[in-house]
This record gives sequence, structure tokens and C-alpha cells, in this order.
Amino acid sequence: MDKMKVLAEWSYTPTKIDKGYTRKTLYVNVGEPSMAIKDVSQDMIDKFTGGRGFDLKLLWDAVKDTTKWNDPENEIVLSGGPLCGITQYPGTGKCYAAFISPLSGQTYDSNSGGYWGPLTKFAGFDAIEIQGKSDKEIIVYINGDEGKIQILESNLADINAYSITENLHEYFATSEADKRNISVVSAGKGAETSYFGCMNMSFYDPRRKVTRLKQAGLGGGGSIMRDKKIAAMVVKYSKMTGNENNVVDLDTLQKVGVKLHKEIHDLDDSQCKMRKIGTAHLNEIMDEYHLLPVNNYKFGQNSAEIAKIHSSEYEKLFTQGLPDGCWYGCSMACAKAVDGFTIQTGPSKGQKVTVDGPEYETVASLGSNVGVFDPLWTIEANFYADHYGVDTISLGTTMAFVCECFELGLINKTDTNGLELRFGNKKDIMELIHRMAVGTDEFAIIVAKGIRYIKKAFAEKYKADAKTMEAIGMEGQGVETSEYVPKESIAQWGGYYLTLKGPQHDEAWLIFMDMVNKQLPTFEDKAEALHYFPNFRTWFSLVGLCKLPWNDVEPANNRIVNEPKEAAKVPEHVQNYVDIFNAVTGKTIKKEDLVTMSEKVYNFQRVFQVRMKHGEAFHNIPLRALGPVFADEWDARKDYYDGKLKEIGVEPAGLSTDEKIRKMQEYRLGMWEGLKLAVYKRRGWNKKGIPTVETLKRLGIDYPEVVAVVEKYSKPEDVIE
Amino acid sequence: MITVNGEPLDWHPGMTVQDVLDAKRYTFRMIGVWVNDKPVPRVEFGSTVVTDGAVVQAIHMVSGG
Repeated sequence: MDKMKVLAEWSYTPTKIDKGYTRKTLYVNVGEPSMAIKDVSQDMIDKFTGGRGFDLKLLWDAVKDTTKWNDPENEIVLSGGPLCGITQYPGTGKCYAAFISPLSGQTYDSNSGGYWGPLTKFAGFDAIEIQGKSDKEIIVYINGDEGKIQILESNLADINAYSITENLHEYFATSEADKRNISVVSAGKGAETSYFGCMNMSFYDPRRKVTRLKQAGLGGGGSIMRDKKIAAMVVKYSKMTGNENNVVDLDTLQKVGVKLHKEIHDLDDSQCKMRKIGTAHLNEIMDEYHLLPVNNYKFGQNSAEIAKIHSSEYEKLFTQGLPDGCWYGCSMACAKAVDGFTIQTGPSKGQKVTVDGPEYETVASLGSNVGVFDPLWTIEANFYADHYGVDTISLGTTMAFVCECFELGLINKTDTNGLELRFGNKKDIMELIHRMAVGTDEFAIIVAKGIRYIKKAFAEKYKADAKTMEAIGMEGQGVETSEYVPKESIAQWGGYYLTLKGPQHDEAWLIFMDMVNKQLPTFEDKAEALHYFPNFRTWFSLVGLCKLPWNDVEPANNRIVNEPKEAAKVPEHVQNYVDIFNAVTGKTIKKEDLVTMSEKVYNFQRVFQVRMKHGEAFHNIPLRALGPVFADEWDARKDYYDGKLKEIGVEPAGLSTDEKIRKMQEYRLGMWEGLKLAVYKRRGWNKKGIPTVETLKRLGIDYPEVVAVVEKYSKPEDVIE
Repeated sequence: MITVNGEPLDWHPGMTVQDVLDAKRYTFRMIGVWVNDKPVPRVEFGSTVVTDGAVVQAIHMVSGG
């Protein structure tokens, strides 16, 4: 590979980490170009902790109220957090990204494994801000060994993720072993067309001798990268030691880590089998409980086909016996891969590749939700989504919506340029993925923009019925829903659609607690869960941790020593987090403090959304998320739904199915409003979902500019008594 | 009759915890069971007999992500 031209270069002295922090952040403007290193204040640490908290604080300061996703001042901010990069405890390699999303026009945060988060911190930075727009294709290079930041003119013809990542590991490494000291963030051609471009974050797998990709998938971070003409960002750091974070109490850190390693070793095979199958262990479970999205969430189960995508089928396809951690020290090792996979379609046809995943979300999104029950097709779709730099969840949920529009006759074969987009039509759905990546035609370009954009475009261009699309388009706040059918859990309506950024699965997954366990009978119970779990899980994003080791394995006695509701929180693991946080930082936090730390950032982000949406940061929910929309959905579980009608005092006998559906929708829309109010109240927000000044004061985030946003958009009549 | 997660379920003599889970089609591995507020270890699901009128909580833990 030819040497790349240096467009700009700056030197710096890398700051050593102390107690988990470098107390420095890096700012790079790729348009001017310019670079600055900023200090992290004690107040920033106290209020925002790190990770996503730092991202949002820096982003708040960088953008204007009017900033759009493709304005130069929009940033991609990336940060690990104070625990990021420790190697003694599983799941400590996470990097969190924040930006103004092309899908929603407000902030989004997404996260990824891989080595980017730890290596950038070791290179001297608690967070990295990328701002501006380049007029040339560029690579941003952070060389932590030499204390050098470079903007290079990219000479790489193929910017698709697997290709560019492999090439850049090769280009910047001095030897095969040195490839492990590098991490690349890439997007791909698809991210240029799409609003749901993902960011692929790499690590080098020395046993397979290939680069592996993990994704900060949802929200469109990859689209912003490509809008800025960033082909990739690269970090290199090769002096890593076992205590790079310079922690206060290494002994405690090691003891707590060893305890969890043993737990995973002893119990994982009988619990979630994360080491063998990763999250794909959920496939048949979700089907059994009517939670697996089938045909755009119409159904939650497909008894005839589920055996084809049973986790045991994926277990056979995933290479077994190789350590699949996406950061050093992660014994949960759930980053499964399919090796030697021969691609059947598209530009990589005939090539043998290693495919990362699929995880459960992709099995469902690029599988059951588009009516496909064929692991090999899903693996190929997964490969191309990553390679093209588009998020598998948004892609699959969007495709599912488009397929239903086609089947309903809202669009036709002329509109699709010859594609027969029926559920299960593998050939034409895959062809549309390829067309979207290249931007072949107007239809493909529209589809690449996501459901909210499609609804408007289909109505205008193809005269598709707007009301029907509104009912079946599974998006909230402009972002596609992830892969669980939420219809029968009122709490999960909130877990998805009362979130900060849209219906993803990283705030609260309450379906079992609510729908099956019946632990949340009242609005107040549901609201409490929708306060606790989103805030507890936010904490992972502040410190640089992966959520999975929290509750995808549990101590053998978790359900013996804890009463049922507490057991769901896995108290011993929560204590682990307190212990390792204190061991790294030297602080003395307690369990209760985790939620308070998160609340500061959670409420700050909510105000940020209000600011960017000019007071109209509304929580919407599609009718499909609340229950059946069409008769075939009702009839698939007729006895169940008739029973549900009786429970609310409506006698189903004598009613047509359409009448039953209408009555159920009326009732559930009322429940949605009740839930919303209860949740807003518990969170200390007003009727419009705006945090009150009192809430900001309680949390110590009553900065004048934050209070000003709240006061600007809050009205006296919106106060919740 | 017993109640399982607040809902009635027909009872029969000799009914075990595992019978209850099978009847409810609760196949999830990460499940904890309490009978009349007493936890039942997983290894004893097949041997623990549930008496008539028992209150059973079959708690599915959360996982995935």
C-alpha cells in the first residue's frame, strides 16, 4: 500500500492515566484542520463521570440549538470511561459514542466493543471530539506511542469496513504482533447513502489472523463519519501494561475479577451459554414467549420455522474453542464468529470471509422479522451490513416495514424497480441491501433513510396510505425499534418508547418482569422499574463497561439469598461494580450512588433532547407496538386476545375482528398515556417530559444554560401535581 | 388449584415444580422459583412437590442485550 500524504500533523505529550482518568480530551477539527487538547475539570468528573457523560457534555458545548446532523459543528464524540481498559474484570473494553443523529435530529449514543476505547485512553485521552467537514477523503490517526495526531489523505479505493480495517491494521503495524496494538473505526459505502450508518470498531484476532469488527450500530454515527469524509479513524498504542489505568487498589480489582471469572467458568454452560453462542441463545426462547419479531412484528412466534434458527444451529456455525473476547480479560467471550464463510452475492461473491456475529438482534432483524429463517442468509446479510457500514437493527426493521408495505400494496414492483419485496424473498431483499449501499436508484436511497423518512417519501411519491404506515412503522423518535415484540408488556412500551433516544434495548428490558413474572402490577411499579433500570444501565455507559456480565450470568445462589424483585438486579454483581469503581478511582461510592450518578447524565441528556427539538422532544409509539393492527395478527392468538378483551370488560362475542382491534387499541392508547404520566412523574419531569428545575437542582446539574432550556420550554399547566 | 405468578393453575396430587413450569411452558433457563415465598434450588425442581393452594412465583431473570 502506498504511503498516505500527511495533510496535517500535531505533536503532544501523552498524559499517563491516574485512577482511571487522563483528565485530558482531544479535539480535532477535520475541516480547518486544527487540534486542541482540553483539560477535564473536577466538576466534569463529578457530574458526568466519563464515557457517555463526557461525550454529551462536550457535544452540548460544541453544537448550537439549530445544529443539524450534517452541519460542520456536529461532532462524533467517543469516550471509554474511568473503568475502560482494565483487564481484570470481564467486559471493560466498551467505547461510547454520541452525536446529533440523522435519524432523530437529537442526540444519540451508541456503544461498541473492540480496542478503540481502551487504546485511545492509553494514548492519553478520556474523550475524543471530531468536528468539521473535510473536503478530501481522510484518515484520522492517533499515535499514542509517538504522541502524534495526523490527518492523512486516504488513498484507499475500498472504504467498506472489512477491507479498510484489514488494510489499515496492515499499514500502521510494524509486525504481525503489532496489529493487536491498533484499532480502526470505519463505516462503509452504505453509510454514505443511509441515515443509519454504523461505526465499526476493530480489534485484531491473532489466532484467526483477521481483523474483527464490533459495532456502535444504532443512531447513524457512521453516516456522520462519511458526511465528514472520514474514511476511518485509527489509534495505535503498543506499551500496554497490566495496570495502565494506574488504579488505587489492584488487589481488590483482581479478587473481584477472579470471582466473576470463576462464576462464568462454572455456570455459563448451564445458564446463558454466552461463551458458545453469545446472545443468539435467545432465539428459541423469544419465540417460545411470543417475543421474536416475525414479519415486521406482526407475530411473535413461528412454530413451523423456529427450528431452523434454533441456537443449536448457530452453535454449529460459530467456530468453537477460540477465545472470543472483544477486549483483554473478558472471559464471557461472546463475540462469536463464523469462519471460512463463502459469500454468495454482491461484490464479495465467492470470497471466503470471517463474519462477526450474528447476535440475537441480527438473527431477528435480518431474519425472522423479514420472514427469513435461514442462518446462512442471515450471516451473509450480517456481513454486508457491517461491511457497508449500516446498522443491522435499523436495516432489518426498515426492510421488514418495506416488505409489509409491499405486501399491503402500498408500493408495487414498478416503485421498487423490479424487486418483489415479499417477506421471505431472500434474493430480492438481499438485492435491495446491495442497491442501498451503492445508492443505485431513488427507491433504494429512500429506503436507506429509515422508517420515519420512508413514511413521508412513500406517501408523497407513491401515494401510499400514511395512516397505515404510521400504524405499522416500528420507529420511535425516528429510530427503528430493536428486536423484541413489545405488544403484551405495558412496561416495555416504556422500555422502548419512553427512552432518551428511541426504542433500543439498552435502557430497560422489562418484558419478563412485567408480562410473565407479573412483578409490576401498577403504573407506579412500572414507573419505578422505568426509573431504576434505565438509570442503572446508564451507569455502564459512564464508566466504560459492557452490560452483559451484569445479568447474563448470575451467582449460583442469586435466587436463593435474594427475594424475587431484588434477584432481578443481581445484587452481588452490583456490589462488584461498586467495588471495582472504588478500586480504580479511589472513591467511596455505595450501591445507591450508581443510580444517582446516572440520573445526572440521564436528565442532562433529556434536556439536551428538549433543546435540540425546541421543546418538542415527544415520545411516540406506533399502534403495532401496542397490539394487533390487522385481523391476521389477532387471529393468530385469537383466544389470548379475546381473553384480554374480557379482562378489560369488553365481551368479544358478536364483534368483528376489526371491531375488537379498535376497542383494544382505544384501551391500550389510554394505558400508554397513563404509563407516560406515571413515568414522567417518577423521573421528576413535567407532563411534556421535561425535567423540572427542582430535578436539575437535586442532581446538581442546574447549570445556567441547562436551566434556561427547561425554563424556555416548560409551561405552568404542564406541572405534574 | 394453585397460583403461578398470580394466575390460577389446575393442581394435581404429586405435582412438582418442574410440572408447573412445563404446564406454563416456561422454558427459559434463567428462571428462579419460590413456593410460598421459599426459594427452590434449580436441582430440586423435579423433586419438589407443590401442595394444593400453593403460591408459586416463577421468576424469569432478564438477560440478553
